[in-house]
Amino acid sequence: MSESAILERAQRFLSALRHCQVLGLQVHQATAEGLTLCLPYSPQIIGNPETGVIHGGAITTLMDTTCGISTVCVLPEFEICPTLDLRIDYMHPAEPHKNVYGFAECYRVTPNIIFTRGYAYQDDPTQPIAHVVGTFMRMGKIAQGGGNLKKDIQGGAQ
Amino acid sequence: MSLDLNQCVRDAHERNDYDKLISLFPYASLLGIECLRMGDDMVFRLPANKDNIGNPVLPAIHGGVIAGFMEHSAMLHLLMFMEIPHLPKIIDFSIDYLRAGHYRDTFVRCQVWRQGRRVANVAITAWQTNQTEPIATARAHFKVDEP
Repeated sequence: MSESAILERAQRFLSALRHCQVLGLQVHQATAEGLTLCLPYSPQIIGNPETGVIHGGAITTLMDTTCGISTVCVLPEFEICPTLDLRIDYMHPAEPHKNVYGFAECYRVTPNIIFTRGYAYQDDPTQPIAHVVGTFMRMGKIAQGGGNLKKDIQGGAQ
Repeated sequence: MSLDLNQCVRDAHERNDYDKLISLFPYASLLGIECLRMGDDMVFRLPANKDNIGNPVLPAIHGGVIAGFMEHSAMLHLLMFMEIPHLPKIIDFSIDYLRAGHYRDTFVRCQVWRQGRRVANVAITAWQTNQTEPIATARAHFKVDEP
């Protein structure tokens, strides 16, 4: 699949997820190597009212979404892949008033399971604010959850 | 802004009204988290909210929302019962998704397995229709000593 097709598919996937629209998540980069999403800073996701630092839950949502959608980088066809588990290690708090970027890649794809890993960062990807690993289940072609969603997300890029 | 968290927690316990405590945290208000006092225990509720949907097909709540709800419940639980004078800081968080979180009310209960001087370990369970059929279990470590 071409890189522009991956980008298009990732954007369509993201736009179908209502909570991600509420947070304002955007695709920053999508290639065969992995996916980067951007979580814009906003007062509504503050978790520490004294410092303005955003809530860990917003970073978890960013990383769950990034890991989940990074499956389009490796799968020839769109498949719904529910999360089996996700682990986040916080290296240091995010700085307030700055966007957070989430990068994820699929490092092992089996017929049933996709193993993903990634990290969240602000200015410098080599100084992550969090490391993440997540495991996803492949539902296969039987349960692609409504042919309509698949058609919407794959678009013309089949 | 300097908060007297202990005072807010005491007020909430006395009035059995946790709305003010919740409203201190914009992210908790965004999701719509509520506290329900059950005797000596606390159950947290996340009412069904279209803005929390992450799977449009089922429809189901976004896995990140379930995780954020569980993380925040654990933090509030520590604040309410462990007499910590400042905000516990998350160190790590690990969640297992057991069933789809459908578009309906979700509940969370927390169990502190160990509170040391510096670190607390909390187990968190989330369910919808039946507490014996959890939709997710999670565990988290929080730093609880001085910031």
